Amino acid sequence: MSASDPLVEVRDLEMHFPLTRGVIFQRQYGAVRAVDGVSFSVARGETFGIVGESGCGKSTTGRLIMRLLEPTAGQVFFEGQEITNLDRRQLATLRRDAQMVFQDPYSSLNPRKTVGSIIAEPFIIHREAREANERRKEVRELMDRVGLNPEHYNRYPHQFSGGQRQRIGVARAIALKPKLLVADEPVSALDVSIQAQIINLLQDLQSELGLTLIFIAHDLSVVRHMCDRIAVMYLGKVVELAESERCFSQPRHPYTGALLASVPVPDPSISAAGRRPVLKGDVPSPSAPPPGCRFHTRCPKAQSLCSQEEPPLTEMPGGSLAACHFPLEGYSSSS
Amino acid sequence: MPRLVEPSSGLTAADPLEFGAIAGRTPWQLFWRNFKKDKLALAGLVFIVLLVIAAIAAPLITKLIGAPPPNLINTDALDSFGTATGPSSEHLLGVDPLGRDVLSRTLYGARVSLEVALISTALATFIGVVLGLVAGFFRGWVDSGISRLMDVLLAFPALLLALGLAAACSLGDGCAVSTPLQAAGLATIIVGLLGAALALVRGRREMVAASLVVVGFGLIFVLLGTVFTIKIEPGAGVVIFVITLVSWTYIARIVRGQVLSLREKEFVEASRSLGASDTRIVFKEILPNLIVPIIVYATLILPTNILLEAALSFLGAGVQPPNASWGAMIAEATSVFDTAWWYMLVPGLALLFTVLAFNVVGDGLSDALNPRQEG
Repeated sequence: MSASDPLVEVRDLEMHFPLTRGVIFQRQYGAVRAVDGVSFSVARGETFGIVGESGCGKSTTGRLIMRLLEPTAGQVFFEGQEITNLDRRQLATLRRDAQMVFQDPYSSLNPRKTVGSIIAEPFIIHREAREANERRKEVRELMDRVGLNPEHYNRYPHQFSGGQRQRIGVARAIALKPKLLVADEPVSALDVSIQAQIINLLQDLQSELGLTLIFIAHDLSVVRHMCDRIAVMYLGKVVELAESERCFSQPRHPYTGALLASVPVPDPSISAAGRRPVLKGDVPSPSAPPPGCRFHTRCPKAQSLCSQEEPPLTEMPGGSLAACHFPLEGYSSSS
Repeated sequence: MPRLVEPSSGLTAADPLEFGAIAGRTPWQLFWRNFKKDKLALAGLVFIVLLVIAAIAAPLITKLIGAPPPNLINTDALDSFGTATGPSSEHLLGVDPLGRDVLSRTLYGARVSLEVALISTALATFIGVVLGLVAGFFRGWVDSGISRLMDVLLAFPALLLALGLAAACSLGDGCAVSTPLQAAGLATIIVGLLGAALALVRGRREMVAASLVVVGFGLIFVLLGTVFTIKIEPGAGVVIFVITLVSWTYIARIVRGQVLSLREKEFVEASRSLGASDTRIVFKEILPNLIVPIIVYATLILPTNILLEAALSFLGAGVQPPNASWGAMIAEATSVFDTAWWYMLVPGLALLFTVLAFNVVGDGLSDALNPRQEG
């Protein structure tokens, strides 16, 4: 996991969605700070998890890496090249080497296209497998690869279940053998029994194709199962960045601790005894984030310093990075 | 519950190249299966088909049943007092006060009705789809401009506009629209260039593209006005122009709204993340999803347009005499209703059933094409 040759590097990324009034003469009266200064790098072959509550900016970060959104500030590097100011033609490489699996398998497939033509789209756009027969062969192989019946290429998305639809989305994403796969909550819209299948599929594909995976999720158990490293986001900022196991066994940021505590434990005796306090209140509005540490309004350990000074992301003993003035102690969290 | 796939449908699949492929039903098959169940809509469809055949074959039919041509004035068909006579073996549906055959006039009237309604609906649909797509896809001030234009047109009293235009254009050779078209084109170009400049200043590249589309429209207007000496002919021309002018806004509103919601769908984002161009996204991702609402709303504005044509002809602003039109026939019949009831009844019923049939088919289409019933 050396950061010497990262596939993706994100530096001080900011995405502020302007809030405007007026129709012709638009005036901006504020901004939603969806992503507000995020930096991390993802090594080749790594599985990098981004977790956080809804609205914390994790999906926006994924879309910025894919350059589906133009960042307000900051840079994204893909294979060492900055992609934030490439024009359409220069983007062609990124569009081939980085693919995305979307959250909602119902809206991510065009209802008016057959599965075959959905999966064939990458070949058409990138002018590969130009012969119709060749393309059909590729599509069938892909469908077989993701566990779909290749005979069903003529069907429409509404004839498939949610899990099968997500497999179609995965087949489309791996069609051009990308280097990076950004999975934006790929299983949160699926039944629990189906989730495992899709996750196993992603893991198999990762080792087969040597994919680098950025896995965005709010389900911690899924992330723990999948990821090498995890970035925990809160209100547009990374509050903790650590290796997966360390993050779970030894959370440093109180928010990470609270997230872990909110995972349901299927054992009443444990959950009754050793639980950390679960968070109260709602996430503050990202258009008016609180001063100082953004978490201080809900933090059980907050002190006056927290509302005045924003803590930087610093290295903790053990190697994790956390942005907290009063990080959780050593092994206090386990037990 | 309907089965999703019938094994037997494999051989009738849209793509028969692959032998033994398990085919899904094409949207067309699904639609037809649902539409067949709606007997009323089916009856309406049959009526429309018959009407279209009758309108196309009007000269042949009148010849076959031995009816005189529609504009033949025949005072012999009137009775000794000079009033119109009712249904007889010679004139199956009677004659009008000038002795013209009501059946053949009604048949020829169907031609006018359908011609005007179909042409104006097609034009309105085309303009509505293009402008609605541009407005919804590019948003911003292009959208504001097109939407305000629609508001203005919707606020226009269509009948008054038509009467005014008809009065102006029905005298002499009709009114030449080349100069106004050129002027409108120039104005559009200026607005588009201003918008492009504004977008450049603000650094919004997608708005520059949209502004250039507007400039392109302006160029088309100017070219049209320069190359052709376009005239709004009195009669059907005025009617088609006015109906198109007021009815494209309905289609454009629907299309704009649909595009606004479709462009935010994840499959559009997926296509973009694969590197698809805007053109590809519009034509391959968005437009296929618009076909159903476009078909449904086109069939629903069609009967409205038939009625509008009849209303304009009734008021004398439409098809000019001696040509037959249902609206004009009803207008002529009002003064002689007490002596020649058939003269009003026949075109009236024709109008009623035609509008009813189109409405019923439109409703049937929207039910059968509703994607929620597909699965």
